[in-house]
Amino acid sequence: MPKFADIKPVDALPERRFTPTNVSLFLYNAAIWNAHRIHYEETYTKEVEKHPAIVVDGPLQGDWLTQTVLNWMGDDGTLVEFEYSNRRTSYIGDTLVSGGKVEWVNPETREAEFSLFVRIEGGEVTAPGRAVVRFNP
Amino acid sequence: MGLISEEARKMIGASEPPIQVEISRRDIMKYAVSTEQVLEKYLNGDEAPPMFLFGALRPIVPIDQLGPDGIANASLMPELPLKRVMAGGTKVRYFRPVKPGDVLVATRSLADMYEKSGSQGPLIFLVYKLDVKTGAGEPVVEETQTRIVR
Repeated sequence: MPKFADIKPVDALPERRFTPTNVSLFLYNAAIWNAHRIHYEETYTKEVEKHPAIVVDGPLQGDWLTQTVLNWMGDDGTLVEFEYSNRRTSYIGDTLVSGGKVEWVNPETREAEFSLFVRIEGGEVTAPGRAVVRFNP
Repeated sequence: MGLISEEARKMIGASEPPIQVEISRRDIMKYAVSTEQVLEKYLNGDEAPPMFLFGALRPIVPIDQLGPDGIANASLMPELPLKRVMAGGTKVRYFRPVKPGDVLVATRSLADMYEKSGSQGPLIFLVYKLDVKTGAGEPVVEETQTRIVR
């Protein structure tokens, strides 16, 4: 667990790898009640929406961005702000890597800001993000 | 580029009727597993991961009201010349954690729409505001969501 007093700008967050599968994407889209066919029907995805393969949900990558900070912080604080965007599409078969680093720390408010990313392993960032957390007193 | 008609533009500022959502532990647990959470409080369903509300507030409509792409014909979707819809991005402020048993009231509105040139053609951005409060009016989440139509 991090101690707030020890956190410095440029500290890197632990990286984590995700390899979405048909099963994991099915469960995610069932959980969020999303029937968009690009997440489970390969023929439709390729022929109608012209993607090369089944598409990994953008908001799922958004969740992984929040986990980059939350899993590192544990119960030592709370998320107060979060933003992200989907810049590149990623597809089933890709391995995605999440990570980030500390951008600033405010000792008065006990808040810290992080820049976050999900990228294709060995490739481009698909989802950049930013989070502000407040550490418990 | 002029892809957005005057008729579509009139929808800016429109809002859906507020929806009330009861938060269930089991729904949190399903979401936590499907997103590969590691913290016990999420896996046990004691607290919802921050992005849980994205799914919990999605519309539930009869199957025959889903479009050929499988997406619900959302009431705040203007008639546009481009048809392929992608999740864009989200900017959220969190005021209070969401827990099982919470009864939340969510109001969604279409705040803005604009065009941009993408590397593979024109894009239309739809900007939605989502305001989530408890039944007592305590703020829970304020969110700006973007959908990209290409």
